Amino acid sequence: MPANRAAIPWRDFPWWLVVIILFLVLMALTLISDPNYNRAFTFIIGEPRSGTGTGITALVGKGLTVTVYTTLVAYVIALVIGLIAGLGRVSQNFVVRNIAITYIEFVRGVPTLVLIFTLALVVIPAAAQGLGLNLQSIPDNTRAILALAIIYGAYMAEIFRAGIESIPKGQMEAARSVGMTASQGMIYIILPQAIRNVLPALWNDFIAMLKDSSLVSVLAVRDITQMARLYAGSSFRFRETYLVLTFLYLSMTLILSLVLRLIERRTRIGGER
Amino acid sequence: MTQSLIEIKNLHKHFGAIQAVNGVDLNIAQGEVVVIVGPSGSGKSTVLRCINHLEIPSAGAVYIDGVHLEDRRTDINKVRAEVGMVFQQFNLFAHLTVLDNITIAQRLVRKRSRGEAEEIAMRQLERVGIPEKATMYPRQLSGGQQQRVAIARSLAMNPKIMLFDEPTSALDPEMIKEVLDVMLDLARDGMTMVVVTHEMGFARAAAQRVVFMDNGQIIEVGPPDQIFINPTHERTQLFLSKIIKH
Repeated sequence: MPANRAAIPWRDFPWWLVVIILFLVLMALTLISDPNYNRAFTFIIGEPRSGTGTGITALVGKGLTVTVYTTLVAYVIALVIGLIAGLGRVSQNFVVRNIAITYIEFVRGVPTLVLIFTLALVVIPAAAQGLGLNLQSIPDNTRAILALAIIYGAYMAEIFRAGIESIPKGQMEAARSVGMTASQGMIYIILPQAIRNVLPALWNDFIAMLKDSSLVSVLAVRDITQMARLYAGSSFRFRETYLVLTFLYLSMTLILSLVLRLIERRTRIGGER
Repeated sequence: MTQSLIEIKNLHKHFGAIQAVNGVDLNIAQGEVVVIVGPSGSGKSTVLRCINHLEIPSAGAVYIDGVHLEDRRTDINKVRAEVGMVFQQFNLFAHLTVLDNITIAQRLVRKRSRGEAEEIAMRQLERVGIPEKATMYPRQLSGGQQQRVAIARSLAMNPKIMLFDEPTSALDPEMIKEVLDVMLDLARDGMTMVVVTHEMGFARAAAQRVVFMDNGQIIEVGPPDQIFINPTHERTQLFLSKIIKH
């Protein structure tokens, strides 16, 4: 009986969170006490390099910084691509719409890992050549970021499309009936409501992208996954290395998904009529 | 007779195989109030939506103040700014406050300053009787209040024509009067109005002409008393016998 079940608070207690936090705390204690773990940790997140470059360039090369930087930049680019492709997806113009659908379905039909290779090693070099750019002048990290952004742009396009389609038709009709153009209606009336509706889904993609940023390690970009592989390969301390790596991803995604819960609660309260 | 403000010529509209409007001719003069009645699916809403080009006619023409809407050179947004529309489902912008609902088009389309737009908005809110709701969101208002905001939103654009598409059909009975009162007031001020509604009390109080439609065609046009009391056409009589209960 549902009423009965709700009356037992311990059933609703977030036990899963306790288990995860317990794992994280145990790992943190081990990191402090065990020098083997400590060494793996320091290597993976990256030691501050002394005297090389300034600003961003001084930071690139640190494992954790590369992961965070790659995720953030790729996410922002993916948002822009996703919004443009999502608008194209709902366009009245069949040429624009078909270009958008082609891109979206192409990306969604190929595994992310395979696409990272194809984009970074084939498509982006070819595009660079076409634009007359020197391929050597494009760092591996930039190619990886672009590849991730192009992949996630397709998934986000579908999120934006769903958001736009969730807004009742009457909203655009009302906007047009007072003399707004279709673009004004989209920018001032539809998108603000649509984006608010898809905030949880967009944030969820940020978490997914943080995890998928580990795939750029296949391009030898020195993110935390690549640093872990390098460390494990030279020290043969696989257990320490990959437990530390797991610890790092899990602590980041845990924090982000707790934020997600907050966003979901806020949009739900705001969304009720 | 002076030139009509709205001219509808041989209007046809089909949705796929369904013929919604099948040859409608109607002229409406400046300051006239016309009520369109008819069974559901008779094409009355479609005719109304063709007057501000929300529906694009399959054939025929609509002229507003002499401007041909279907002409590709016509700036439809300019025409629409002159033609207000009130919807059955209100369609207030859900993410904006009442005040912003009324100012946004003034600022974007009429290019008014924020101060001027807000002043006009408050004046219109006072006209529809709910200035105290300016800072609220649509979901915090009752249906009747939302519809009055929707009317204020249209009026703030200083339209020459107001279109009403079953404005009271989605309202609880006790809220219908507050909306009809605003509309009656508007009619008395000389606004040109085209109203799709089943509110015969409103039609008799405000309308110069009642148009009865069935199967996408105009069956009968005349003063409200003639249409409601002495309809000449059989189909009009049948329809009226169904909506006038006891």
